[in-house]
Amino acid sequence: MTAVTSPVPSVSSERAWRFVRENGVYIALAVVVVFNLIATPNFASLRNVQLQLVQVAPVVIVALGMALVIGTAGIDLSVGAVMALAAAMVAIFVDQSPWLAIGMGLAAGVAAGLLNGSLVAFLGIQPIIATLGLFVAGRGIALAFTSGRLVEIFDPTLAALGQNRLWGIPIAALIAGALAVLMALLVRRTQFGRNVVAIGGNARAALGAGLPVRRVLLIVYVICAVYAALAGTLVTARSAAADPSFVGLLIELSAITAVVVGGTPLNGGKVRVLGTVAGAILMQLVFSTLIRHDLSDSDARMVQAAIIIAAVYFQRDRGSK
Amino acid sequence: MTRGEPTLQAIDLTKRFPGVTALDSVSVDMYPGEVHALVGENGAGKSTLIKLINGVYGADEGELRLEGEPFAFAGPRQAWEAGISTTFQEINLEPFMTVAQNLLLGREPTRGFGLVDVKKMNADAARLLRRYGIAVDERRPLGSVGVAVQQMIAIVRAVSTDAKVVILDEPTSSLEPNEVEQLFRVIRILRDDGVALLYVSHDLDEIFELCDQVTVLRDGRRVHTGPVAQITRLELVATMLGREVQDVRSSGKTAFDIEGRRIGAEPVLAASGLTRHRVLTDVSVDVRAGEVVGLAGLLGSGRSETVQGIFGLMRLDDGEVRVKDSVLKQGSPASAVSHGVGLLPEDRKADGIVPTMSVKDNITLAASRSVTRWGFVSSSKVEALVKKYIDRLQIKVTDLDQGVDELSGGNQQKVLLARLLCTNPDVVLLDEPTRGIDVGAKAEIQGLIDELAMEGLAVILISSELEDVIEGSNRVFVLKEGVIVGELHGDAISEDAVMDLIAHALTDQSEHGP
Repeated sequence: MTAVTSPVPSVSSERAWRFVRENGVYIALAVVVVFNLIATPNFASLRNVQLQLVQVAPVVIVALGMALVIGTAGIDLSVGAVMALAAAMVAIFVDQSPWLAIGMGLAAGVAAGLLNGSLVAFLGIQPIIATLGLFVAGRGIALAFTSGRLVEIFDPTLAALGQNRLWGIPIAALIAGALAVLMALLVRRTQFGRNVVAIGGNARAALGAGLPVRRVLLIVYVICAVYAALAGTLVTARSAAADPSFVGLLIELSAITAVVVGGTPLNGGKVRVLGTVAGAILMQLVFSTLIRHDLSDSDARMVQAAIIIAAVYFQRDRGSK
Repeated sequence: MTRGEPTLQAIDLTKRFPGVTALDSVSVDMYPGEVHALVGENGAGKSTLIKLINGVYGADEGELRLEGEPFAFAGPRQAWEAGISTTFQEINLEPFMTVAQNLLLGREPTRGFGLVDVKKMNADAARLLRRYGIAVDERRPLGSVGVAVQQMIAIVRAVSTDAKVVILDEPTSSLEPNEVEQLFRVIRILRDDGVALLYVSHDLDEIFELCDQVTVLRDGRRVHTGPVAQITRLELVATMLGREVQDVRSSGKTAFDIEGRRIGAEPVLAASGLTRHRVLTDVSVDVRAGEVVGLAGLLGSGRSETVQGIFGLMRLDDGEVRVKDSVLKQGSPASAVSHGVGLLPEDRKADGIVPTMSVKDNITLAASRSVTRWGFVSSSKVEALVKKYIDRLQIKVTDLDQGVDELSGGNQQKVLLARLLCTNPDVVLLDEPTRGIDVGAKAEIQGLIDELAMEGLAVILISSELEDVIEGSNRVFVLKEGVIVGELHGDAISEDAVMDLIAHALTDQSEHGP
């Protein structure tokens, strides 16, 4: 860590350091992949890659929405609860039609996003508090819908969605990829994406430029919640059961970690879509690598925590220039 | 007035920051039992001087002496312990603790084991409050008493350690008139006790009522020191603004040329009855196509607040803004922008620049209508637009994707002007467009304002440099304490006339009482 605080870096070393900081997540990901290729048997096997992809897909999807919210200098703690709500909707409506079930799951996401977004955009409540409400209540509502039980789901369409592959790639991973492309387009190519970045970078300036700040904030929270609802639906489909007690439990932490490790500053003004995807995959691979190499679950968590703190430390450096 | 030896002497203090000399060889002597006023416009160096005295900064050159002894404090805490107390504009106390706890914070009487002797603490506090004539229950939480009382408690807390020097930085900025009287009573008690007081204020009434000496700073230099009794209000205003009372120049120093403008018949924008409690009272201004309307007045007179109220950045209690035939939605800058009104904010860092975005994105931020199609940003349209304004405003950038935070102040200001012009506005509100930028960029921006007016844009201009407003404007509204005290047209616009209005409005006010 001493390199970070070396007082007078030369121009070239400063540039090199900047490159490392901006692209740290890709470098770290490459290191972990290379290490596994050498040290972990069967790492490159099709089965293992497929397994990792299926496991990481929901985190990627939730983290993409989270990146957008964090880009506005906000945060959404309710994503896990929204996943549970979507799972409950799927359980209730799957008997009528799998498509209706998916639609209702997404509708639950829209409703949750409108609630979060209204609290933030129109009542001016701090995002961490505004979304804490659903974080606490959302899972309770989901449990009430399913009478507090795990509901098993026997539906071929949903099962295919959760477990089948297309060209050897799990459908869940393809969906996550498509959502990442969509998010990248939104952030980089649209006025909406620029508005998000401007609000996070300087909210007063965004207001003064006549941008529709409140509407943008509302939509940002809706998108985040809809992404979370999609993730909840996919998890439900994969496990063939809706379990509101555990679907998406603590996923807000993984998502925030992926976003931050991916290079999006917590104080907003930037959204790194590809970095977020890489951040989610990195954290997944680190965890599974440690487990595969016989570290206990609790030790693995401590390593994860160290990575989070290191990532935030770099963020701080970046923000304070 | 018993002068004796000065309690505190500042001798030839100089403080430089990168790019500016904030304070240039300034000397001030403060005597026991005197209230010494420190005045000057924003950026004159008042706060730098205070921060040198109380040890927040170290001086680059010069010397400070307390009762004849040279000193240099490492921080406000050390200064406080040596007898120099400072109260700042924002009250810096704990709202959830009691009045007594706040008064004695950090030096509570204890009963051993570090336990606070609450009874003795309350008794000590009550004695202090009685001494300064402050009627408040010392056991109440501080947050539940009025702002004035909080302010006085801050002062009493500051002086209750045998202070020799007390520095008051705009203590009345958040007080009602009757509360100001209460505060003055406390200040007079301190003065009579032989404390040397430094009183920073923009309010001339207060200075003439309370202070014995006055020092005027301008652009980091001391331009006047003398007894308050020997200066008139008009002279003081002129000194603050850097003008001789009789000195009337027609033109020549700025890049403005108001002859070539063709002014429309009907106002493009008309604001009427803008009112916000304690900020603006029934302010009405209007501007026509091709016209530059100046807002003049001292700092805190409501100039910036007027344009913020028009633009919707500041909520109003009452008032209406019409642009052509429609009424702007209250409190909505988006409505103002969509009706062709743009604001160049006074504080370009806090309210203008988005530091995480590129030059390109900063310029086109507000121009979504001309660079997007179906919500998608067209990069070719963005580049064309950005290049056009970079050429026109001579913005110095290495490339269009350069981070805007890497630009100089003048170029950042031009980026914001470009952002404004990208929206093809009919009315622009320019709040201090030339502050804090170098002379060259300043002349360019003045020339640009001129050009814009000739092209038929309606401009409302604010500048704390009086000559900018005088020479650049076709019409000038003069503001004082949130009220328009006069409107000057054409040949009647002169520095004398503006200063006269400001000074007379003060006289009127003091005659009618607070």
